Amino acid sequence: MDAIFLQLLNGLDKGSAYALIALGLTLIFGTLGVVNFAHGALFMLGGFCAVGVQMLLKLSTQVKDESIPDLEMMVDVPYLQVWFGDTGAQLISYAVPISVILAIPLMLLVGVLMERGLIRHFYHRTHADQILVTFGLAIVLQELIKSFFGATPIPVPAPEMFTGSANIGEWLGMGAGVSYPWWRLVYFCFSTAVIAMVFAFLQFTTFGMVVRAGMRDRETVGLLGIHIERRFTIVFGIAVVVAGIAGAMYTPIVSPNYRVGMDFLVLSFVVVVVGGMGSLPGAVASGFLLGILQSFASMNEVKHLIPGIDQVIVYLVAVVILLTRPRGLLGRKGVMED
Amino acid sequence: MMNTLAKQDRWLLFGFALAVLAGPVLLKPFGAGYPDLLQKFCIFGIFAIGYNILFGLTGYLSFGHAAFLGIGSYTAVWSFKLLTMNVLPAILLSVLLTSVFALLIGYICLRRSGIYFSILTLAFAQMAYNMAYSVLTPITNGETGLQLAKDDLRAVDKFFGVAIQDGIPSTNFFGMSLVGYSGFYFCAVLLILSFYVSMRITRSPFGLMLKAVKSNQNRLKYTGINTRSYALMAFVISGCFAGLAGAMLAVTDPLAGADRMHWSASGEVVLMTILGGVGTLLGPVIGAGVIKYLENIFSSFNEQILNGVFGFLPDALQHPVVKFVGLFVGEGWELTLGVLFLVLIIFVPGGLMQGLQSLQRRLFPSQPTPAADAARGAH
Repeated sequence: MDAIFLQLLNGLDKGSAYALIALGLTLIFGTLGVVNFAHGALFMLGGFCAVGVQMLLKLSTQVKDESIPDLEMMVDVPYLQVWFGDTGAQLISYAVPISVILAIPLMLLVGVLMERGLIRHFYHRTHADQILVTFGLAIVLQELIKSFFGATPIPVPAPEMFTGSANIGEWLGMGAGVSYPWWRLVYFCFSTAVIAMVFAFLQFTTFGMVVRAGMRDRETVGLLGIHIERRFTIVFGIAVVVAGIAGAMYTPIVSPNYRVGMDFLVLSFVVVVVGGMGSLPGAVASGFLLGILQSFASMNEVKHLIPGIDQVIVYLVAVVILLTRPRGLLGRKGVMED
Repeated sequence: MMNTLAKQDRWLLFGFALAVLAGPVLLKPFGAGYPDLLQKFCIFGIFAIGYNILFGLTGYLSFGHAAFLGIGSYTAVWSFKLLTMNVLPAILLSVLLTSVFALLIGYICLRRSGIYFSILTLAFAQMAYNMAYSVLTPITNGETGLQLAKDDLRAVDKFFGVAIQDGIPSTNFFGMSLVGYSGFYFCAVLLILSFYVSMRITRSPFGLMLKAVKSNQNRLKYTGINTRSYALMAFVISGCFAGLAGAMLAVTDPLAGADRMHWSASGEVVLMTILGGVGTLLGPVIGAGVIKYLENIFSSFNEQILNGVFGFLPDALQHPVVKFVGLFVGEGWELTLGVLFLVLIIFVPGGLMQGLQSLQRRLFPSQPTPAADAARGAH
């Protein structure tokens, strides 16, 4: 029982990342009708926001080492620590949360630029062209990041407060063996909050109402005198922000390198398709579902029963669902049927 | 057989064969005139030609063709290990086995179309890739990759009493060693054959059916035609080509690794086809050549060479220029690929072939050549 609960928890953080990326993909697809293969690269870009912020905070100066009085030893001390003492040192460990705050306007800008500069010209091209142009963009983004930050993963630690593990087992009256890293718990709560915010935004604001109407029937909304394209640009920006902050927050869990986006993207597409193209709840649900299934399949007992299942479970589920439920779990009729 | 081809096609085939066979001489000025790279051009040309039969003619965008490449390679290496170092059985077995897999996977995936088909093929390829690394390690030898060993069985070779030299034997074609230029010419002949087959398919009534599947599948269904079986045939044929290419990879370098099945390898063949021109005969080969050229030549550039190239500039200018160009070569060759790709998709969606055609029309308004005609006919 404990083991099963633990696997459930383990699946949640990966599932949250899938759900966030899939949510953004579906937002873009539902509004603009564009299949965005650069979404993984945007996730990675968010991760490197965190890396960049950490590097900025760690900018150092040479200071005489006071601990060795006799020798003239110089050590690197970050400016923040020189200026603010221990508060500064504390601040450095908060690189990830700070980067999330910075990433929001930054990614919004990236998203709007990308939509206005590139994607806009591809509304009326085929899906294959859209896939290819965004794929090309993803390669360019990846390679630029590689040339600036190198190819090795750069570790970005979580804030000190959230290192170590939470003893969830004790809280819930289970065995003491059930413990779960704090940061993963934070990530799960964070992604739930982001997902809730996106849904609330679409459901309870006038802006969201117009966007939902536009997703249903773009032409009619346009005929009513609403500039739907501008709204969709903003939705694209929001989707990019979601991918970016998901990437920034994920850095303490997996150190980012330039390829991390593509690895996530392939799985996220499977997630989106399993959930049903164009369905936001479907994307979120299948993100968590596949994350949890993946973690259950990696249990030793299951692996013993069916060898290699942990490697193929996600794809196997995708094949089965697509063949039995042609539109995915919660897909709408007539989306991407041709 | 030849006289059933139209005149312009005969010229195109002739010109293509001549260009391929003269490859070592033609590409020498570009620094690509060595057999290793030329072989790669040919092999990936075959891969792309086959892919084009599926994607270019029927419009089904498969993201899992690398799986067939991998299966072909593994089969070929096993044939070298168990049967004989002769490449003929290896190639035949690879093509046979990949066609079986293609039939199976294609039958399942073609139940859906559009992006669902793409994701299904991707799922199968990723399953193959992941399993090659984990459960199937006894067959695939996991991360090390499948390699030849001195004490392999090689039953057929032993039966015929082929002498085993010291060390690991090399592949041969009935005694003809396939190292260096003979290896290249072997690949070149296969490439020309593949090109011929693809030309025949494109020009045949069957090819016309495939194009009809692409342009309007529903209308075709209403006329009472089972479109799925046509698409499945195209899928199996293109799978066979991929298997052949995989076997050739093993022939020229007898080892097989799972990374050949990674989804990025499937992506690469899509890029090659698009870059050259989807649905054209020559396009995929050109696309394959360009990408492999960039990969091999651009990635070998380093700062020293660049400094030599830009040595004529004043020093103040030379350093930033070298730094900037350095972004695009060496480790960053993929950046060049990405930029080239973006530019092509945005401005010339039909790929290089379309670009060449419009250039040609601008330069020589009234002189169509066989290549342009063939490309136009294929649309």
